[in-house]
Parts: sequence; structure tokens; C-alpha cells
Amino acid sequence: MSGKTKSVIPGFGLSFGISMTILSLIVVIPLCSLVVYSSQLSMADFWEIITRPRVLASYKVSLTTSFIASIINAVMGLIMAWVLVRYEFPGKRILDGMIELPFALPTAVAGISLAHLTVSSGPVGALFANFGIDIAYTYTGITVAMVFVGIPFVVRSIQPVLEKVEGEYEEAAFIMGAGRFETFRRVVFPEIRPALIAGFTMAFARCLGEYGSVVFIAGNKPYETEIAPLMIMSELQEFDYPAATSVALTMLLMAFVILFVNAVFQSRASAIVGGIR
Amino acid sequence: MKREDPAIVKGTLIGITTAFLAVMLVLPLVYVVYTAFRSGLEGFLAAVTDKYALHSIYLTVIVTLMAVAVNIVFGLYTAWVLTKFSFRGKRFLSALIDLPLTVSPIIAGLIFVLTFGRQSFLYPYLNELGIKVIFAVPGIVLATVFVTFPFISREIVPVLNAQGRDEDEAAALMGAGAFQIFREITFPHIKWAFLYGVVLCSARAMGEFGAVSVLSGHLRGKTNTMPLYIEILYQGYDFTGAFAVSSILVVMAILILIARNILEHRSKSRYLR
Repeated sequence: MSGKTKSVIPGFGLSFGISMTILSLIVVIPLCSLVVYSSQLSMADFWEIITRPRVLASYKVSLTTSFIASIINAVMGLIMAWVLVRYEFPGKRILDGMIELPFALPTAVAGISLAHLTVSSGPVGALFANFGIDIAYTYTGITVAMVFVGIPFVVRSIQPVLEKVEGEYEEAAFIMGAGRFETFRRVVFPEIRPALIAGFTMAFARCLGEYGSVVFIAGNKPYETEIAPLMIMSELQEFDYPAATSVALTMLLMAFVILFVNAVFQSRASAIVGGIR
Repeated sequence: MKREDPAIVKGTLIGITTAFLAVMLVLPLVYVVYTAFRSGLEGFLAAVTDKYALHSIYLTVIVTLMAVAVNIVFGLYTAWVLTKFSFRGKRFLSALIDLPLTVSPIIAGLIFVLTFGRQSFLYPYLNELGIKVIFAVPGIVLATVFVTFPFISREIVPVLNAQGRDEDEAAALMGAGAFQIFREITFPHIKWAFLYGVVLCSARAMGEFGAVSVLSGHLRGKTNTMPLYIEILYQGYDFTGAFAVSSILVVMAILILIARNILEHRSKSRYLR
């Protein structure tokens, strides 16, 4: 409180006190207990745990499927944002309002629905089974669930930028003789690229930590379709707290790296929105 | 002079968007309701009026109300502190508030197990007082508050930043107290953003699965919220039951989306004019 500059508005002490108390109880103390607990582990133990073949396999599953799902979301998100910003057509508002569904629908509900649809006896699974493609209990299934979870991120990240770059630059490029595709590639795309990458990284971080919608469709076979959050879960169920904590720390580290990249591109994207306004 | 894309490009892109959203979002949603009613209305009613189902609905409502209440208090005070005052460490504080958004729900559950579980130094004291946190309702509430933590303050802060401090400072100089300023000047500005935050917070609170799953211990009829109960039914191959209880959450999700769209529209039309 010593660094506070004088404000004429009253109520700082009380408000600051209440916010800090709740913040400490809910976020700071629990996170500290993770740090305290892991400091009791020796570096050698920690290393032994996070390099177990089963744990390494779970990182591989999580990273691969999250990456593929986020690439799909980046491409589809770009198309959807373009359609929702640039075109007028009947039903546009409904499509736009639907984008947030993955936020509103509980993950477990999405999980059982996607799993039940895509098992070989389910309506969608049976269709693909004719061609010899299995969805549920494979990488494909995990990716499908993660695509569902990640849909809103890229769309909502690109939309505001696309709304701002409307118009003049494109006109100019066109008048100077650039083709339609060239205009997009050289004029529009550089403007939306930071927002696209910010949306991609956000979706990637979210997919990496996702649990509810993935566990039902994943099959959870050790070494094959076991995702990293499930790895933590099964270690917890065996009351192996050191192992759970070590894997959790590794995942937190990955999340922070991704979010750091995200923050960099996020600020570039908002500079574009702000600068053109 | 807007240059339109050719009809074929436009048509194709709209087609792709509609098809993708139909398959990825609408299909799973419709399928929940379809499966819930496949064995008739009686099957649905029997599943949702089951003793355990009713208890899970009750627990979900209680947990959601408590989590939303804590987050309302926190969200309002924090938004007020972050926007009306300048102090050192403000950026760090807001980064800390957003942290739960990026933590996997399983890790959110884990940190509470480590804080209150048997190996924690707090455990003997809590045990003596007869307080059970882990594998009990308080743990579920704590985990839910954690995962929904930033939702309300995040919605209010941008609106208050846009509003600035002039009006509040004028009111303060004229002798208004903090509560009076908040009630008569600040709150009317943030009304819609606040409601929107509450909607988002409730949506996430009632649907939280991972964090709650770590902390509940799965005691049927005692610590099962709706998502946990759905998991038990599904894994016991009671698909009608699982999808019947899920369909209640689907209806809630649709209502939340509608509310979201109305509220977002209102707050936008007020502040982006």
C-alpha cells in the first residue's frame, strides 16, 4: 500500500483488503502449497518421475493432439471469422451466437455425447467404420474433442481485428492491380496474423489442460491414448502425490511458455486494433 | 464502395462454416436430447427424478450459488481496486487473477488436495475441528471458485477503464462516501457487464468437471454434482440416464448462450457507440 499514489476516491483500504484476502485464500495459498510440496522432492526423484516412459507417452499424446486440433481450429476459425465479419446472410446472428457453445456446455456433457456418437456402434462412428476408420478411443477421437473445445478461441481473437481492417487498404491494393488472393495474402493476412497466433496459442493451452470432454472419447489406454491431465488424475487416485505434483509442474511450465508466446502476440494484435481505430 | 467476394467464394465459405458448426456443435447437442428421450418420456422422467439425480441437481445448485456469491464479492471489489486506484504491483495482481484460466482443471483440483489433504500441515488442525475439505462439499466449492475466479472481474474491468475516474472523483470531492459512489455512479455503468460476468461464472460453475472430480471422492448421493453423476451413469452403461441428466445441462447451456447474446448486445450498444 506504500506505493499507492493519492486518490480522492475513498474506499481503497477496505476494497484492497477484501480482494487480497479472497485472492490469497483461493489462489495464492493453494498455489504455494504446490511449490512447497514439490520443494520436498529431490531433483533426481522429480527427473525420474517426469521421464517415466508412461509419462513421456502421455505428454506426446497431449502435445500432438492439442497441436493438430489447434491447427484445425486456426484454419476453421479464420474461415468462420471471415464469414461472420465480411458477409451478410440469413441466420448469421445465430451462427455467431453459437460460437461460444463450448464455453457454455459442461465439458462432461460434450465428452459423453462426442464419445457416444463416434464409438463404432454410434451413428457417426458406424459411418466411418465402413471405411475402416475408428474415431473414438484413438488420436482422431481426442483431436475431435479438442477441436470442439478450441472453437471459440481463434474466431473470437480474429473477429475484432478483421472488423478494423475493413476497407481502405484493400481498396488501395486492388486499385494498384493486386489480385484478390494477393490482396488477402499481402494486405489482410499480415494484419490478422498476430491475432491468429494469439488465438492458436490460447486454444493450444486450453486443449493441453482439457480433461472432461476428452476422457470419455480417449479410451485412456496407457502409452497410447492417455493424456497428461489423466496421468495426474490416475496418480492422485493411487495417492502418489509426488508423481502427480511432478507431472503437474511440468504441465504448468508448458502452459506458462505457451502463454508467454500468447501475451506477445496478443499485445501486437491489440496494437493493430487500436492503431487503426 | 465495398468490394464483394465473388458469389462462389462467398457461398463456399458460408457453406463450410455452417457445415462445420452443424457437425461440431449442433450435432452433439441434439444427440444428447435425442438419446435422453429415445426410450420414451417415462425413461427420461424416471432418470431425472431418481433420488441420486435429484441430489446431484441440488448439490450443483448449492455449489454454483456459493461460487457465484464469492466471485461477485471478489469481482466487484477487485474491479474497483484495479480501475479506481493506482498502486505498485497492479499488473502482477491482475496477472494473478487471470492465472486460474490457464491452469488445467486437474491441477486446480490437485493444489487443493495438497493444501488440505492428509499430508498437509493444516490437516491435523482441520481434523481436530472436525472440518472435512477434501472429498467433501467444501472442497468442491473451493475448486469451483478457483476455476471461475476471473470471470466477473474480467468483464467489469474494461468497462470501468473506459469510463475513467472523473465522475467518481467529482462525487468524492462533493463528499460522497465509497458506497454511495459505487451505488450511484459506478454500478449503473457496469450493470450489464456485471450480469454478463455472473452468467459466465454460473455457466462454468455448474459444468465444472475436472477439478471437482479430483476433490469429490465420488461418494454417490453425497458429493456428486451433476457432471460427476453423469460420469458415473455413463460408465455404468446407463446411457439413457446419463443423457437425460445431461439434457438438463444442455437446456441451461442454451439459456446461458441466449442470455449472453442479449447482455453482450446491451453492453456493446452502450459503450461502443
